[in-house]
Amino acid sequence: MHESAIVVDGLRVVRGGRPVIRDIGFEVARGTVTGLLGPNGCGKSTLMRSIVGVQIVAAGAVTVLGHPAGSPELRRRIGYATQEPAIYADLTVVEALRYFAAVLGTPESDVDRVVGQVGLTDSAHTLVGALSGGQRGRANLAIALLGTPELLVLDEPTVGSDPELRDELWTLFRELAACGATLLISSHVMDEAVRCEQLLFMRQGKLLAQDTPEALRRRTGAPDLEQAFLRLIKEQESAAP
Amino acid sequence: MNTSITLATTRRILTQLRHDPRTVVLIIGVPSLLMILLRYVLNSEQRFSALAPALLGIFPFTIMFLLTSITTLRERTTGTFERLMTLPIGKLDLLFGYALAFGILATLQVLVAAGISLTWLGLTIAGSVWSLLLITVLDALLGTALGLFVSAFARTEFQAIQFMPVFVLPQFLLCGLFVPRESMGWLLRGLSDVLPLSYAVDALTQVTRSASIDGTLVRNIGIIAGCAMLALVLGAATLRRRTP
Repeated sequence: MHESAIVVDGLRVVRGGRPVIRDIGFEVARGTVTGLLGPNGCGKSTLMRSIVGVQIVAAGAVTVLGHPAGSPELRRRIGYATQEPAIYADLTVVEALRYFAAVLGTPESDVDRVVGQVGLTDSAHTLVGALSGGQRGRANLAIALLGTPELLVLDEPTVGSDPELRDELWTLFRELAACGATLLISSHVMDEAVRCEQLLFMRQGKLLAQDTPEALRRRTGAPDLEQAFLRLIKEQESAAP
Repeated sequence: MNTSITLATTRRILTQLRHDPRTVVLIIGVPSLLMILLRYVLNSEQRFSALAPALLGIFPFTIMFLLTSITTLRERTTGTFERLMTLPIGKLDLLFGYALAFGILATLQVLVAAGISLTWLGLTIAGSVWSLLLITVLDALLGTALGLFVSAFARTEFQAIQFMPVFVLPQFLLCGLFVPRESMGWLLRGLSDVLPLSYAVDALTQVTRSASIDGTLVRNIGIIAGCAMLALVLGAATLRRRTP
């Protein structure tokens, strides 16, 4: 039970002849909220795809909940939400969720539960294509919550949300972690990093640092995490010109 | 294979179509309209009866091909396919779900078009109506299965639409509708022999002309069904859980 939720070791990914992930290794403890931070295009989504097992990797190993990433036994235990909502626009929220619930073999009551969790009860019978961008993002998140997965891999789940909604979503994430779920959440907004227990800082396909927000601030002597990130970049550049 | 996931997929696709009634009307109505058009263009019941059975097979084949290749491509481009591949659904569950949903639509389409042709338009066939229906439904399923298969090679909807002339029109020209297959040169005859639509048109022509159900008819029907199944399995083989 004490094994890590995610173990990444020497991961390299090449996309279109270009290295996107360059030799990354880290572990994510169970029951934690880990933030994957870094600028757009730094490889966050590719790393997440490698963890859910849909990415062809060039080298290295990714172990998730004790199994190699992409193993059939993991398909019920991981909830994955891509940044672009992957959901049928010509179905209502409930119809789309019912389909994914049927694929997972979870009871239909689960659909009502996740609709409530993401706060979409009022739009449950609206066509997904007619939802606002933020609502569509929440419908996308709701699918990942079906079947109460042990690991949630969420790619920029709060992008395009207003501050109030973002706060509600982070409350939800912490509740899920309190119930024992592990969450890996990517963001390119530094002010979200404060809300995570652990942080992974990525840049240009490399991992700059892994630590708690507090320790990163202390180590770099920076007033906030944005500054901490910038100082880490300088450190890296002076170490390897 | 998981039957409940296959059926859930079928239900999901039919629900999507229910939200798009115009598409349903087009699917059910267009082949019938084309048959009516053909009847009055030829302006002779006799000539209509000679051509109509083959076209009753070809129209649904073409429409289902287009419809499925676009729908499955959309599933890939919107990311829902990748999402499904992270979930406990088999590739064949998904493809059979598609085949069943479009098979139901194709059956309705064929029933309406054949019904109108056999009554109002005065189509007379020597063989049984049931064989005619069986072959035309199989043709539509073949179109569905080929559409599923071919969509794997299209990256954009423009490409998917271009595959229609590439995969369907040569079969249309070589299937024996314009020139009897026996009178083609060896190369064209050879091509015609490996294209499944040829066997569909052979079978439909036979049903039009004779009432007997012989070995050739059974073989041809078997070939159409076999090709549809083969295209589905090949389609499943082109689906990848991991992508670059």
